Amino acid sequence: MSGIVPARVRPVATLSWLQWIKKNLVTPWYNALLTLLSLALIVGALRGIISWVFVTADWTPVAESLKLFAVGQYPIGEIWRVGVILAMVSFLMGLSWGAWGGTVRTFAVALGAGFIFLALIPIDLYPGNEDSLDLLLRLGFLLNPALIVGGFLLGRLPAIKSRLILILWLLSFVLTIVLLLGLGGSEVLPRVESGLWGGLLLTFLLALVGIVASFPIGVLLALGRQSSLPVLRIFCTLFIEMVRGVPLVTILFMFSIILPLFLPPEIRIDRVLRAMMAMTFFAAAYMAENVRGGLQAISKGQYEAAKAVGLNGFQTMALIVLPQALRAVIPAIVGQFIALFMDTTLAIIVGLVELLAVAKAVLNSNVQWLLLDKEVYLFVAVVFWIFTYSMSYASRRLERALGVGER
Amino acid sequence: MPKERLDAGDDIIVCRNVQKWFDDFHVLRGVTITIKKGEVVVICGPSGSGKSTFIRTINRLEEHQEGDIIVDGIELSNDLRNIATIRSEIGMVFQSFNLFPHLTVMQNITLAPIWVRKWPKSQAEERAHHLLERVGIPEQALKFPGQLSGGQQQRVAIARALAMEPKIMLFDEPTSALDPEMIKEVLDVMRQLAGTGITMIVVTHEMGFAREVSDRIVFFDEGQIVEEAAPSEFFANPKEERTKLFLSQILTH
Repeated sequence: MSGIVPARVRPVATLSWLQWIKKNLVTPWYNALLTLLSLALIVGALRGIISWVFVTADWTPVAESLKLFAVGQYPIGEIWRVGVILAMVSFLMGLSWGAWGGTVRTFAVALGAGFIFLALIPIDLYPGNEDSLDLLLRLGFLLNPALIVGGFLLGRLPAIKSRLILILWLLSFVLTIVLLLGLGGSEVLPRVESGLWGGLLLTFLLALVGIVASFPIGVLLALGRQSSLPVLRIFCTLFIEMVRGVPLVTILFMFSIILPLFLPPEIRIDRVLRAMMAMTFFAAAYMAENVRGGLQAISKGQYEAAKAVGLNGFQTMALIVLPQALRAVIPAIVGQFIALFMDTTLAIIVGLVELLAVAKAVLNSNVQWLLLDKEVYLFVAVVFWIFTYSMSYASRRLERALGVGER
Repeated sequence: MPKERLDAGDDIIVCRNVQKWFDDFHVLRGVTITIKKGEVVVICGPSGSGKSTFIRTINRLEEHQEGDIIVDGIELSNDLRNIATIRSEIGMVFQSFNLFPHLTVMQNITLAPIWVRKWPKSQAEERAHHLLERVGIPEQALKFPGQLSGGQQQRVAIARALAMEPKIMLFDEPTSALDPEMIKEVLDVMRQLAGTGITMIVVTHEMGFAREVSDRIVFFDEGQIVEEAAPSEFFANPKEERTKLFLSQILTH
């Protein structure tokens, strides 16, 4: 033949959007029909939803109970502590964004946007009280994006190391509990029993502790289950299989009611702590199985190469096997986290008033609101959705950053 | 420190009557061989003959049930310190490369020196760059294994094995999973390596390489060494019937 045909640039085939509509939605007559039908359905549904949301629905129970939804029965005079915690978290978010960038940025920005949204919503945040308090609250909300940006600028400095940031996060958690609980007999920080904590605050606490604590425990259980030491293997297998075979409600009961029976009367474990332990316990067993699935996906050759190059068992796990295994099961793990977040609603069974329980309590508090359950539950559903979707989105971004599916 | 270190002299690997079973299958039936420092030994034979299993017993990726293996004066037993010391003197290159896919090429090579030998990162990276140049792919340092061709991946695997400064290099069919065009680039690297005086044991079907580079060719069949000779002798005057059969099969195409 005559020679190599040189490569050409691919001919561009973009359609203007009018052409696209014509091509995909209108041209054969049945497409046009389907388009009209779908449009009718969509418009009808949207009109119905919008008119219901903005006109028919009575959002009073929600509007008047925002504080209850947010922090439950936490005394109003002490809510500034929640503000401090939020400020701390915003600052640390900004710091993490500055130091690590990438995926963290999306969260820091979303958090900032969330606060700005809260600061600007045209709903009276403090119904029945003076407007100046409302203004103060909004200003407080606006402080947080500023803290995020401040943290970001600080985090970019090379002096801020990852280890420092991790320690700060750990400290912030401890500080959160201390702040919320307060100190007995103190004037500045009077004690607020955990029984008064409620609403979204409690949901977050239960979910966060459950998620963060169950992850390392789950990994250890999974590794223990694979171990060659028979006692360890049997113990881990028994633990996983027993916890998985039992509903979360049962475990919550066991921790809240049965555990205190076994402990001497001097040792009283806080109710919220008991619930946190139960959630961690439960999630760890499922986490272990997810991680085990990931471990099984690693080819033997990886272990052999690690051995051949001189890595010991611990180094092989930490540097070679776990990084690959965990990124393979990120969807399963994040699914687990999302389920746990929503399982916090079971805490009402042990007397903890988290978000959903607050909704019920609000509905029952006022005779006129008994028929407004649609509005209240829709509100709770939207709040849950916002957070679970964020988790989903985070996991997709994380997968992309780690190159899952590409390498 | 290993329990006892015998004076090895020139013999860097001594195997005496090594026997191994996979469940009931007797895969190594009394392998006795001595390999001297700096020797390049090619092991060939039909599949299932135990040649890969044999070299894997040398760095304890497989355990032998009877017989002795002594590497650089250290007896290969269940003693974990012995195993660790022996493994630190041996580098291995696998048929399926076994690179760590979640790490860059540079990280693949520097991982062991940093974590096992505790070298500082800068020193490890310098050595890694030097090795990448030796195997001919310095520009791929920051890529991930999945972005490289098979030949490039195998060369990275060789660099990774060399990073630990081993005295012995084991190659388990290094080119069997490669396209024909890439086999040459890997064999060239191995040829160069042989010239540096490192002890090499190569399980391969590449007879051209065996003829040019090896000091000794060992023919394995059914778990035993059937014949061993210098390449000139081996190809020109095979003594055993089985060797002749094998050579006739492998050299015709």
